[in-house]
Amino acid sequence: MSVSAISDDRSTLKSRLRRAERVQRLRAIGLVLPLFLFILIVFVTPIIILMTRAVDNPEIADSLPLTSAALANWDRTDIPGEDVFAAFAVDLVAAQKNKATGLIGKRLNYEMPGTRSKVLQAGRAAEKLTAAPYKEAFLKIDPLWGEIETWKVLERASHRNTSFYLLKAVDLQCSADDEIVNVAPDQALFRDVFIRTLGISTLVTVATLLLGFPLAYMLATLPPKHSNILMILVLLPFWTSLLVRTTAWVVLLQTEGPINDLLLFLGLTDERLQLIFSRFGTVVAMTHIQLPFTLLPIYSVMRTISPNYVRAARSLGAGPFHAFWTIYFPQTMPGIAAGCLLTFILSLGYYITPALVGGPTDQMISYFVALYTNKELNWGQASALGTILLMATLVLYAVYNRLVGIDKMKLG
Amino acid sequence: MMALPPYASPLERLWRVAFILLCALVLLFLISPILAIMPLSFNSEPYFTYPMPGLSMKWYADFFQDPRWLDSVRASVFIAVCTTGLSMVFGTLAALGLSRSNFPHRALVMAFLISPMIVPVVITAVGMYLFFATLGFNNTYFGIILAHTALATPFVVITVTATLIGFDQSLIRAGASLGAPPMTVFRKVTFPLILPGMISGALFAFITSFDEVVVVLFIASPDQRTLPKQMFSGIREQISPTIAAAATLLIISAALMLVTVELLRRRSERLRGISS
Amino acid sequence: MFKPTLKVALLASSMLVLVACGEEKKEEQASSAASNTTSTTATSEAAPATSTNQTASVTPAPATGGLTVVSWGGAYQEAQRKTIFEPYNAKTGNVIKEEEYNGEVAKIKAMVESGTVSWDVISVDTATALQGCDDGVLETLDYSKILDKAKVLPGAALDCAIGSDVYATVFAYDTAKLPNGPASIKDLFDLEKFPGKRALQKNPFVNLEWSLIADGVDPAQVYDVLGTPEGVDRAFKKLDTIKSQVVWWEAGAQPPQLLADGEVVMTSAWNGRIANAIKEGKTFKIVWDGQAPDLDMWAIPKGTPNLEKSYEYLAFASSAEVQSALAPYIPYGPTNLDAVALVDAELAKSLPTHPDNLKAAIPLNPQFWGDNGEELRARFNTWLAQ
Repeated sequence: MSVSAISDDRSTLKSRLRRAERVQRLRAIGLVLPLFLFILIVFVTPIIILMTRAVDNPEIADSLPLTSAALANWDRTDIPGEDVFAAFAVDLVAAQKNKATGLIGKRLNYEMPGTRSKVLQAGRAAEKLTAAPYKEAFLKIDPLWGEIETWKVLERASHRNTSFYLLKAVDLQCSADDEIVNVAPDQALFRDVFIRTLGISTLVTVATLLLGFPLAYMLATLPPKHSNILMILVLLPFWTSLLVRTTAWVVLLQTEGPINDLLLFLGLTDERLQLIFSRFGTVVAMTHIQLPFTLLPIYSVMRTISPNYVRAARSLGAGPFHAFWTIYFPQTMPGIAAGCLLTFILSLGYYITPALVGGPTDQMISYFVALYTNKELNWGQASALGTILLMATLVLYAVYNRLVGIDKMKLG
Repeated sequence: MMALPPYASPLERLWRVAFILLCALVLLFLISPILAIMPLSFNSEPYFTYPMPGLSMKWYADFFQDPRWLDSVRASVFIAVCTTGLSMVFGTLAALGLSRSNFPHRALVMAFLISPMIVPVVITAVGMYLFFATLGFNNTYFGIILAHTALATPFVVITVTATLIGFDQSLIRAGASLGAPPMTVFRKVTFPLILPGMISGALFAFITSFDEVVVVLFIASPDQRTLPKQMFSGIREQISPTIAAAATLLIISAALMLVTVELLRRRSERLRGISS
Repeated sequence: MFKPTLKVALLASSMLVLVACGEEKKEEQASSAASNTTSTTATSEAAPATSTNQTASVTPAPATGGLTVVSWGGAYQEAQRKTIFEPYNAKTGNVIKEEEYNGEVAKIKAMVESGTVSWDVISVDTATALQGCDDGVLETLDYSKILDKAKVLPGAALDCAIGSDVYATVFAYDTAKLPNGPASIKDLFDLEKFPGKRALQKNPFVNLEWSLIADGVDPAQVYDVLGTPEGVDRAFKKLDTIKSQVVWWEAGAQPPQLLADGEVVMTSAWNGRIANAIKEGKTFKIVWDGQAPDLDMWAIPKGTPNLEKSYEYLAFASSAEVQSALAPYIPYGPTNLDAVALVDAELAKSLPTHPDNLKAAIPLNPQFWGDNGEELRARFNTWLAQ
């Protein structure tokens, strides 16, 4: 910065420099801004929409507006009074006209299985009700309407925001006494799935480390001429379509497929093993796909480690394993952390590979997000599961950022 | 080959042999699925078993004659090319901005821009599906290209940023002080340096879009049947050797891209004076 | 970390704080009212969009010319093309634009919610028809524009969908591998007599019914039993006995493939798929015992701009002549009662609707699955994943 040292007026120079700096900075921000906005709109907005869907609860409030309003003043101690029932009757007639009773039934059915048909029945009957007392009339239609539990559920469901889906995503629900309790065992599912997701991800991470570490060591210590060729073998799967690699595993793991042929031929087994649609197959295929992600960061760290430290240790009398373990291995830790974290984060979100290679008990959380979106049309539940998965991922991403630093992320 | 020091003990030599064997097995594990599927695409019978009774090119003929496969390739190429173009513009500009040393909150902004790579793709897909439904972008090429651009741009940011690591900003100032206008400086100084990174980034962006299936499964209609989608439904329903043929073609193109990127990386390192 | 994520994290944590079951009602309402403006804009925008679209469907839409018909692809759509689409084009001069899907009702819901309906007529299964009706994504049909309801097979004229053909879920095996194959549902569940894997559809429908039949329930009474909690427990308990030996299929093309590859010794399947494989020279055999007939249906997404044309199409596709033409292409039975007599007698024997095949059939009961499908599917998915 000694270019303009000739200038006499120091303060002007300072301010001019500062201005130049500011212009520079603004220009830099201007360069980043288009992508920033693009990601914000196309990527972040959808995710925020997904998260709001997890608490969004418009069905009852929209379809039963008068009932919802009447229930707001209800004291929750006894069956609601005539005013609520009258509002309910009016709402149901309107809902019947708009074909909304199905939607109401579906929503209540999430919390009280078996109520759907009773709502439809009540909807049909409500059209014939003309005068008070409505309360008695509804009790006659079905005893369900005379139970306080029903009204508690309806009242909870009438709020525009609900914690129902998020609670359900961890197998919890609100009980009749307004307490948070576990759901019935035959409905408990998601805690198992989250644990399974973590379990499979951990297994895959450990497997990639155990297989990747020695190979990374060999590649890092070989002369570049040899290692470059072997590196191609590592990078080729990395560049090959995930779907192609999954297809390859589907083919290899089939009961009549090559791996079973080989095992039979070698006499390692007497009968064909169930490899496809199994946990084993899922973990093997995922390990294969994730291996380069774990290996590459370890490899780049290893390349920077000078062999002199180990040599020094050896010359001072350390045994080969002792020298490796106490001198070399600790220096590889940053690479191990980076590789394993990345693999673990990416494994959490696996969908395609378990869907094609795994059986029903090997599906991870992403599968259920897709299932509830596409098949069950329960977008609230899909969003709640997705929100929890997203939170877990972002926390790990923050850890990665802290430990490794995002600029260290390398491709190939 | 990693010569052992002369003072190595017999046990150490034995260990060394076991180690090399282990590494060979891991390499075999990495490469064998990819190698195993290729010959099956030449099988004369529609089964996936070795030994193959005979060789035939008929699955490739199937692939190149079936309008479904060809249309899917066309759709995928179209989407991937558009995605690559968009992400090149966004990604390169952002990388240039981020490489200025005085960029505020650089690490955070970078983390934000890279996040589409990290967030589970099912979440991205469902979110975009809900969002695009309100905009009417579902079932359109436009929607898919937007989605893929969000997923692919981080790769461009990373590769271009990597070529700018260690880049001496004073080179730009030197150019400017010698009287060159900014565009000339960019063309003569910056551009040649980041070009390898841009090409690698473009290839990454292309392949990210070309391979992507989850988002397409959600937001595309059957009108936008891409190659991965065609393969996905094929694997689900009926693994025909035509899928193996498609897979083989994809493996070959992946190998070509890999070689290109490797050559570029070395060129970039040479240019920047980093010995590999 | 970075700002938007921070916001998202705050949002999420505030959601989790909201986890109170109702005691803090007032507070929750206040905060929900506050966050409402931001959080529900997406849906509240979508809702009026749907209604404006509905009014748009009343006024004649800008003529786009074509009618988009969406079906399941494969041999089935091929048969529909030959027997419905092409004759329809020839007769009316309209041009049908064909599309395919895999029964993703979510696609329809997203279109209807956002008011961007581009599909005019869709082929759906009964579960989807009922579900779509509940969710308000399907048009309630005006049968006066289609045909006399009395001419439709009982149970096939639903509020939002009309049956197009009757297919059946049956089970099948390969006679080349099992010369003395299974003959009844009991055999399907008998791991000692017929060891090995069997493939079943990843869906509680049919599987629960078969479990009860294998457990000794008369097919005619199956829904009475399944309607009780004990009956459901009983069905799952029976299904448990073969769970470890089951491979689950999802797409209709999978079962013949699994059977041909030897992955399984027997499989449930849609009768048309097995019939096609037999036509192609496979040595499969269909077991009609305990067959579960079901309907393919036509439905109209709510808010289509071509409502009148869609009705015109439904009337055409439901006519006796058109319906009776399908069977030679794919062995699915007609839903128009007048069409039954028009089907070739020899051919009729391979249809699920033939009296011989119906002897030990599960009664057609879409309403049961409409009422109970949600929780049975949830329990089934839970059971599967456990």
